[in-house]
Amino acid sequence: MGRKTPLFTLHQELGARIVDFGGWDMPLQYGSQIAEHHAVRRAAGVFDVSHMCAIDLKGTRVRAFLQGLIANDVGRLTTPGKALYGCMLNESGGVLDDLIVYFLAETHFRAVVNAGTRDSDLAWIRRHAREFAVDVIERADLAMLAVQGPEAREQLAKLLPQRSAARALALQPFFGTHVAGGGGESHGGTGPGKRGSPPDERKSHPDERIAGADEDRQGDWFVSRTGYTGEDGFEVMLPANQAPALWQKLNALGVRSCGLGARDTLRLEAGLCLYGNDMDAGTNPFESGLSWTVAMRPTGRRFIGRAALEQIAARGPGPRLVGLVLEDRGVLRRHQKVIVPGITGVDGAAAAASPSALGDGADSRVAAPGAGATEGEITSGTYSPTLERSIALARVPPGTGGTVQVDVRGKFLNARVVKPPFVRNGRILVSLE
Amino acid sequence: MSQLPPDLRYTKTHEWLRTLPDGRVEIGITDHAQQSLGDLVFVEVPEPGKSLKEGDACGVVESVKAASDVYAPIECTVTEGNSQLTSAPEAVNNDPYGAGWLMRVRPASATAVDGLMSAADYDKFVQSEST
Repeated sequence: MGRKTPLFTLHQELGARIVDFGGWDMPLQYGSQIAEHHAVRRAAGVFDVSHMCAIDLKGTRVRAFLQGLIANDVGRLTTPGKALYGCMLNESGGVLDDLIVYFLAETHFRAVVNAGTRDSDLAWIRRHAREFAVDVIERADLAMLAVQGPEAREQLAKLLPQRSAARALALQPFFGTHVAGGGGESHGGTGPGKRGSPPDERKSHPDERIAGADEDRQGDWFVSRTGYTGEDGFEVMLPANQAPALWQKLNALGVRSCGLGARDTLRLEAGLCLYGNDMDAGTNPFESGLSWTVAMRPTGRRFIGRAALEQIAARGPGPRLVGLVLEDRGVLRRHQKVIVPGITGVDGAAAAASPSALGDGADSRVAAPGAGATEGEITSGTYSPTLERSIALARVPPGTGGTVQVDVRGKFLNARVVKPPFVRNGRILVSLE
Repeated sequence: MSQLPPDLRYTKTHEWLRTLPDGRVEIGITDHAQQSLGDLVFVEVPEPGKSLKEGDACGVVESVKAASDVYAPIECTVTEGNSQLTSAPEAVNNDPYGAGWLMRVRPASATAVDGLMSAADYDKFVQSEST
């Protein structure tokens, strides 16, 4: 029995298959996972992402705190509502988690972290927040819905009060705002969990509601133009007891219920990393396709993990994360070995020294790779419903390009190295030849 | 759970077997199996002529989320693989006991199929597995 979101009962009523994800009982799919995927690429779908953890960070030194905590530079956030994606690193430069940080006010930022790392993240953040006197407030009272797809914004806007809809539709990508919600608390009490129980941190704020002044003034829903699908859309944080009604109203407008299965194929097509698959505490951002989220300038900003990253960078090119498109039939999966042809030519003796262990020489695909080859590994692989072939992210030696081979259940299949994303905004961005 | 065809035999690894009029046996995966796997995107079936012993892995069905081996339920020789599934693996989802058949085989023993589970026994087995 895992933790349950405020939408759990509704998922069951909708016939979802429930699976464990990071200790949470979450919907994998409601019907066809591929149909859910296409709904998001072509129209709109809604995901329950309430298992992710919203954390309010408050205090006069909160910006300085975050500049030390996150490898991306919160100093880049100058306009209220703006969001920043980045990684929280350990002292070795390993990725503790990836997260989004919203700049709400100079004394109030909000972070959203992954479900599987929720407890360790909170402990890490609290440990480092002490010296900055930053209050760390877990917002377990909020549910989170991701409404994604080319029609997602207009559909959600239909369910907001007029003023809120206008504010939401005016949001630029990667901005969020508090708005008054869509009313109605019908279906209340659906969540079986203990969400909404007052966190201890409330006591430290006797003079204000936990959510802060902006939340009181503008409304208690937070709408942001963010997501994890490669499509336009909104993510909505709202009081947990209002989430089931919003979900059902979205369904009534034709917005399709989508599970974690579709979420995974969508994010992989979009070339977005999944924590625990594509990076973890044992890998650094440079080898995880996340160099763009590391702000080494200004050089004086001493964030956790910086010294380690500087040493790693000084050693020269290391492994990197690339995209793969499978050219043969089959499906690429996590942990499959990627064989990269040697950069120098493989001579006959070397090739002969690598007899096929498979004993099936009839199929050219099963020829064993020659010596001089080096290895990489698939970190995420799936079938891409948009490309109608298999795609993957793989960690490979520096300089890898062209065609590689992947050990798929004992067969060596050809895959082409590409630069992610594979798909954005409904369009295929890699060549299929 | 949908209706299990009563004329088929079933295995604990969720294959079904249908004895054809010419004595050959048609093999597929059950509705329960395809539902567990989800949308199938890749199916690999054995080549005609391949000899299989009971329990041999002889094919693969892959859904978006997982790969699953297909096992030979009886000792047999493959006479035909369902080549339609190469371009339309979703037939296994849509019609698991019909168009979604995986292979046709010649059993080594005419009575081999008799020892497998009936529809009622398989139904009980699935119920017991899910609790």
